Amino acid sequence: MPRRNSEADVVIVGMGAAGGVAALPLARAGLRVVGLEAGTWLDRRDFVPDEIRNNVRDWPFIVKKTQQERPTVRNNASQTASQVGGHPMMNAVGGTSIHYWAQSWRLNPWDFRVVSETVRRYGGSRIPAGSTVEDWPLDYDELEPFYDLVEREVGISGKAGNIRGELDRRGNPFEGPRAREYPMPPLRWTAFLEGMADSARSLGWNPFPGPAAINTEIYEGRPGCVYHGHCNKGGCHVDAKSATYVTTIPKALETGNLTVIPRAHVTTIEVDGDGRVTGANYVIGNDEYFQPAKVVLLAGYTYENVRMLLLSSSRAYPDGLSNNHGQVGRHYMSHHQGAGVSALFPFDLSSWYGLPAQGVAVDEWADDNFDHSNLPFIGGGNLWVYSDRRPIGAANMSTYGRGPNWGSAWKSFIRENADRSVSSYIQKTTLPYETNVLDLDPTAKDSLGLPVIRITASYRENELRIAAYLQDKMEQWYREAGAVEVSRGGLGNTMGVTTHAYGGTRMGDDMETNVVDRWGFSHEAGNLGVLGASVMGTSGARNPTLTAQALSWRTAQHLVDAWGEIAG
Amino acid sequence: MADDKSEKKISKISRRELLRSAGLAGAAAFLPAGVHGLAEGEGEILPDEISTATAKQASRSALPQNLTAEETEILDAMVARLIPDDEHGPGAREAGAVGYIDRELGGALSSSREAYRAGLLALDRYSEYSREARFVALTEKDQDSVLFDLQTGGATGAGAGFLGSSAAFFNMVRGHTWEATFGDPIYGGNKDFVGWDLIRYPGPRSAVSPDDQRRLEQGELEPLRRSAYD
Ligand SMILES: Cc1cc2nc3c(=O)[nH]c(=O)nc-3n(C[C@H](O)[C@H](O)[C@H](O)COP(=O)(O)OP(=O)(O)OC[C@H]3O[C@@H](n4cnc5c(N)ncnc54)[C@H](O)[C@@H]3O)c2cc1C
Repeated sequence: MPRRNSEADVVIVGMGAAGGVAALPLARAGLRVVGLEAGTWLDRRDFVPDEIRNNVRDWPFIVKKTQQERPTVRNNASQTASQVGGHPMMNAVGGTSIHYWAQSWRLNPWDFRVVSETVRRYGGSRIPAGSTVEDWPLDYDELEPFYDLVEREVGISGKAGNIRGELDRRGNPFEGPRAREYPMPPLRWTAFLEGMADSARSLGWNPFPGPAAINTEIYEGRPGCVYHGHCNKGGCHVDAKSATYVTTIPKALETGNLTVIPRAHVTTIEVDGDGRVTGANYVIGNDEYFQPAKVVLLAGYTYENVRMLLLSSSRAYPDGLSNNHGQVGRHYMSHHQGAGVSALFPFDLSSWYGLPAQGVAVDEWADDNFDHSNLPFIGGGNLWVYSDRRPIGAANMSTYGRGPNWGSAWKSFIRENADRSVSSYIQKTTLPYETNVLDLDPTAKDSLGLPVIRITASYRENELRIAAYLQDKMEQWYREAGAVEVSRGGLGNTMGVTTHAYGGTRMGDDMETNVVDRWGFSHEAGNLGVLGASVMGTSGARNPTLTAQALSWRTAQHLVDAWGEIAG
Repeated sequence: MADDKSEKKISKISRRELLRSAGLAGAAAFLPAGVHGLAEGEGEILPDEISTATAKQASRSALPQNLTAEETEILDAMVARLIPDDEHGPGAREAGAVGYIDRELGGALSSSREAYRAGLLALDRYSEYSREARFVALTEKDQDSVLFDLQTGGATGAGAGFLGSSAAFFNMVRGHTWEATFGDPIYGGNKDFVGWDLIRYPGPRSAVSPDDQRRLEQGELEPLRRSAYD
C-alpha cells in the first residue's frame, strides 16, 4: 500500500519551466500546492564553466530520469522505432529552465490564427494536405496580459518593437502589440553582431536583439549576466538566468502555500468512479506514495505529459486518461532545428564569451510577415545569429572543405579559424499532421519497467520548402556581411527527440479534436489540467518556453477564478 | 537561492574577486552536497557521478590504468599524428591525451573500453597487412596514410583488420583526443594549455566586462592560463 499524504488543493507534476510558473499565482491565491518533482534541488555552486561536463557529457548529474525514458523514433508507421542519442532535458527543481538557452519569445499573432488568416489571404487550398492545424481557441491579444506578467515575474530582457501599436525599429516591428517595454534592456552585442545588424539593414531588413530570460542588470536581487561563455547547457553561477528555481518557485515558497517534494517520480494519475482525478501516485526510490489533491496539473514536458496520460488507464478511461476521444498523442510537432547554415569569416569574431541568447534576429521571413501568394508554402522562419563558442566545439568546427580535420594542415587551419565561424539558428513553422503522433512504444521500457513514448513523425513538404527558402535568406545575409564560406545542413525529414516538442494534449474548443479546453483543462476529466507546450496547436517560428509559461499562468489564474466549478 | 547579500556582493566586488569566487564555485562541485547548504532543507542530494572528482583524485602515475602497455603505445602514436607537434606548437601527445583517455576509460568513457581494445589491435593488424610493419614502426607519412584509410572506412573488413567500421573507431579516438586536448586541464589533458593556446582561446573567466570584450576584439585580452576549478 502506498503511503498517503494529506490532501492538497492542487498537485503539480513537474516543477520545471511551466510547472514552476503555475505554482506562483496558485500559492498567492492561498491554495495549498504540492509540487512533485522527479529531480533534486541544484544551486549556483553546482555550475562550473566546464565544457566536458556540461556539453560533451550532457550533464552527468544526479537524477537521470529523462535519459532512462528517452522516446523511440521512427519516420512512419511501417518502421520499427528505436532509441537513438541522448535527451538534454533536466530533472531538477527548475527543470530545463536551469540550463536552457533562455531565449524568451512571444509568438506572432499569426501563429494563433494560421487557418483563418491563410484562408483569408490566400484561400483554403493553401492549408497543406493532411495537416490537422486549427486556429487556437484564443488569440494573441488574449494571451498578451499573461506574457506581460511572466516577463516581469520571471525577469526577461529585450527591446520592444510594438508598444500598443507604436512601432520601434530597434525592436521587432513584426511582433504583436505589447502593453509596455521589457523590464530590462537586451543583452549587449559584440562588434561582430553589430556588423551582422548593419548587413541586415543594408539588405533592407530590420535586425533586433532577441529577448532572453537573462538579467542584464540587477533585477529582484539577482545580478545581471556576466558573459562567461558557458550558458549553453550550463546553469548560471551567479543566478542571472531567470530559471524558475530562482524566480517563481522561491516566490511561491515564500507564501508558505507551496511544498516541493523532490525525487518524487510520478507514475500515474488516480481516477475515481466518476472519471474525476483524485491525485498522483509517485515513488521515491523504492517507496510508494499517493498524493491526494482536488486538482492535478501535469507539467512533466510534452513526452511525459502524454505518457502519464496513456499510462493512467482506468474503468472511466480504458485507453488512457482523458483519451476517450483518441486525441492524446495527436497533433504532435517539433521545430525543424536541422537545415542550419554556417559561415566562415576572414576575421576573428571574438565569440568566446558569448551566449546563445545574445544575438541578432531578423523576422522579415517568419510567419506571414511576407507575401506567400507565389510561394509553395505557408509560414516561415526567424533568422538568429548568435555569439556562442567554447574550445572543444571550436576545435571541432567544419573545415569548409578547405582540408582534412586532423594533422598538421588542420592545425594551421584551426589556429587561424577557430574563432571565425558562426552558425545560425533558424526556427521555422511546423504544422501538425494526421500521421505525426506520439504513443507508447510496444517494447522499449524505462527503469521502472513502464513503456516509453514512441514518436512517429516526419517533416512534410511545407516544412522542407520553408527550410530551403530560409537557407537562401541566411546565405544572403552572411555573404552581405563578408563571409568567405557558407555551408548548409541537409534538409532531412526525421523528427527526432527534441527540446521543442509540441502537441499531444492540444488545446481547443472541440473535444473531438482536442484534449484540453481553452483554459488548459481536460474536456473529459474537468479537474485535470495540462501545462507546457503539449497544449500548443502551432509551433510558431521561435522557442516555446515563454508561451508555455504564459499559458501556464493563464491556466492557473483560471483555476483560481473558477475554483468552485473546477475543484468541485 | 538568490538573496540580498549575494546581490551586494556581486555588484561591489572586483573582477579579481569574482574570478576567485568562481574558483570556489568550481571547488564546491567536488564537495558532498550536504555542504551546499541547500535551501528548503533538502540535504539529500547524493551526486553519484561527478567524474571530474575522479579525474582529480586519480593518480597521475605514468603507468596506464586501463589500457595495456601495447595498446598505450599504439594509441600514443595515433594521437601524435592526429594533432602533431609541429611548427604551430605541441600536439595531442604533449597535451596528455593518452593519459586522459586511459583514465577516463575507467570512468566516464568506460563503455568505450572494448572498442579501444579491439580498434587499437585492429589498427596494428591493418598496418602490418597493408604496410608490412607495426603502426608504431611506420614513418610519419605512412602512419598518416594508414590513418587516412581508417577515417575513410578503407580499413574495414576482416582481412583488413577491422571487423567493425574503421571510420567509427577513427572518429571515436578523434573525439576523445579533442576532448582531452581542448577540454579543461582538470581532466589531465590540455597540459600547459597547449590546446587552448593553439586555438587562441583566452581561458575560462567568470565574468567578461564590456571592456574585456572590447580588448578581446582588439586582440589585447591577455590569456588566462587556468582551469575553471583553480
Ligand atoms: C539545451 C537547451 C536549450 C534550450 N533553449 C531554449 C530557449 O532558448 N528558449 C526556449 O524557449 N526554450 C528552450 N529550450 C526548451 C525549454 O527548456 C523547454 O521548452 C522548457 O523547459 C519546457 O518546460 P516544461 O516545464 O514543459 O519542461 P521542463 O522544464 O523540462 O520541466 C519538466 C519537469 O518535470 C519533471 N518531471 C518529468 N516527469 C516527471 C514525473 N513523472 N514525475 C515528477 N516530475 C517529473 C522534470 O524532472 C522537470 O523538472 C531549451 C532546451 C534545452 C535542453
